[in-house]
Amino acid sequence: MTAKTGGLKAGLMALTFALMASTGIAHAEGELNIYNWGNYTSPEMIKKFEDKYNVKVTITDYDSNDTALAKVRQGGSGFDMVVPSQNYMPIWISEGLLLETDPGKMENAKNIAPEWANPDFDPGRKYSVPWAMGIVGVVVNTAAYDGDINTWGIIFDTPDALKGKVNVVPEMTDVIDAAVLYNGGTKCTGDLEILKKVRDTLLKAKPNWVAMEYGTIEKMGSGDIMASSDWNGSAFRQRLANPKVKFGYPKEGYVNWSDNLVVLKDAKNVENAKLFQNFMMDPENAGMNSAFHRYANGIAGSDAFMPADMKDAPEIKIPDEFKSVGVPSQTCPPDVQALYTKIWTELQK
Amino acid sequence: MAERDALSLIEAERRRDIRSRWLLSTPALLIILFAALGPLFIVLVYSFLTPGDYGDVKWTFSTEGWVSVFLQRDIFDDTLTIADAHLTIFWRSIKLSLMTTVVTLIVGFPTAYFIATRSERTRELWLFLITIPFWTNLLIRTLAMLVVIRNEGLINTMLIRFGLIDQPLQMLFTDGAILAGMVYVYLPLMVLPLYASMEKLDFRLIEAGYDLYATPFRVLTRIIIPLVKPGMIAGSILVFIPSLGAYVTPSILGGGKNLMIGNLIELQFGAGRNWPLGSALSIALMLIVMVALLAYVRNAGSSGVKHG
Repeated sequence: MTAKTGGLKAGLMALTFALMASTGIAHAEGELNIYNWGNYTSPEMIKKFEDKYNVKVTITDYDSNDTALAKVRQGGSGFDMVVPSQNYMPIWISEGLLLETDPGKMENAKNIAPEWANPDFDPGRKYSVPWAMGIVGVVVNTAAYDGDINTWGIIFDTPDALKGKVNVVPEMTDVIDAAVLYNGGTKCTGDLEILKKVRDTLLKAKPNWVAMEYGTIEKMGSGDIMASSDWNGSAFRQRLANPKVKFGYPKEGYVNWSDNLVVLKDAKNVENAKLFQNFMMDPENAGMNSAFHRYANGIAGSDAFMPADMKDAPEIKIPDEFKSVGVPSQTCPPDVQALYTKIWTELQK
Repeated sequence: MAERDALSLIEAERRRDIRSRWLLSTPALLIILFAALGPLFIVLVYSFLTPGDYGDVKWTFSTEGWVSVFLQRDIFDDTLTIADAHLTIFWRSIKLSLMTTVVTLIVGFPTAYFIATRSERTRELWLFLITIPFWTNLLIRTLAMLVVIRNEGLINTMLIRFGLIDQPLQMLFTDGAILAGMVYVYLPLMVLPLYASMEKLDFRLIEAGYDLYATPFRVLTRIIIPLVKPGMIAGSILVFIPSLGAYVTPSILGGGKNLMIGNLIELQFGAGRNWPLGSALSIALMLIVMVALLAYVRNAGSSGVKHG
């Protein structure tokens, strides 16, 4: 649900971490292997953790929830921690992949913002600590199009000025959910009438798209694409690079998601992983991380440690008129998932 | 009597020889058994199971995976039709692989001929140059290509600076970009076997052809091509097979709008959560490769020219 784009940069960053880790801490007392979305972890924040606890941290990237789930499920992955999206959390829990570390009772748990302290996907925070949260919307380079961007119409009924310049981030569930909302349905719907419209909408829209890929931060920056479906934090980073890039809140409805830090059942460095969960609930550290990935983080008081430009960023502060149309991200039942896959295959054939 | 003793001695010797040969090859055979056939067998078994709710498989026998490779049940009117989405995707991959093979052959043939006709010393240098791309990871070579052809890339910037165009040409995210990337990546695999055959070519035969007033075209089609055919076939196999499973190059340069076989299989193991279908598709891909190989081998066998 929440790939953070920029595979190349992410790879370089992982390399940097590895170098930093191997030179900086020659006498590491322990290790911690984190498996996370690419381009999503603040190097300064990791450095701080490493120095404080004398632990060598290694970060490995993934680009989708499914990749992470498939790899960890095989066993022997060697990772201690993962950052799944909330709609995948029930799967990770029911498949018995997670260790119940009870972060809700850790010292820093008091800092979790009240609305995130007891979420449906992990009641009582038995497994997870908030990492970041955001929404799926659209980004548009307003140099190319200056009409209304607060609509999925940018993607599904592309204005002439953007035809052949639109990218769609190929997260199957995100794209189909967006088309469902655009057609007036509800998320994870099994209603065939709606799904038929969804399929037609998608097939009709596709000729106007130029690509379906994850690297939006870089591709919007380089002018290879002029609009895309995207996550708000990613949009924020694009605007910092190019002030013409704006984020649109689709008025037809959009999905709210969160990613959460968990410890794996077969983790080898459980104590360090628990230290890190607690560390991430410290407002200063969460703020440092947000300063990097540019999403909100669900830790109260972390604003004080974020750069000034984040406080009223239009990508982070949802305008009141659009607050009501947000729907929470959740797991679709297997039969709906199967319908989604069929539509997706037909779309990409 | 003595003769028979000698014979049985030779026979015993021969048997011992065979036995030691088997013993020596045991490690290799074991590796093949466990590392190649074993996993393949698991894939085969999985293709006959039922998909689990969130990935993985349930241990219930089902042919649904195989059926849905070829047939699809329409989700809206429940009719069973040919799975044209899958066929379209398979055909796209096969077409791209064939085109890659043909283009690398057309580009690689003169290249290999050029190298084979240099002096022995310079030949080594040229071969060395051909292998340079292998020093770099496939992903990085593909990304380098992206930097060259993108809208604000090398080519478009130059063309705009020289005033030849005023809007960037859309080269990235096109079928042409995929083909160019594939040719770039796989060209060395074509040149090297071609060179290996051409190096053995007896150039006196070509002179003889010219002495007998053959046109250059006749020399090419009647002398050179028949003699280097094994190299052409080896090169084509080396290019065609990996192209069929190509995955990174099409998604980076083509923008991932249209699936290749590799992406389709990945989808089933990822977001699609249909491992049996993914397994069946993988085996179907292998069967295509086998058929292609058999066709090549038979073709190679019917080559009418004797080498010497």
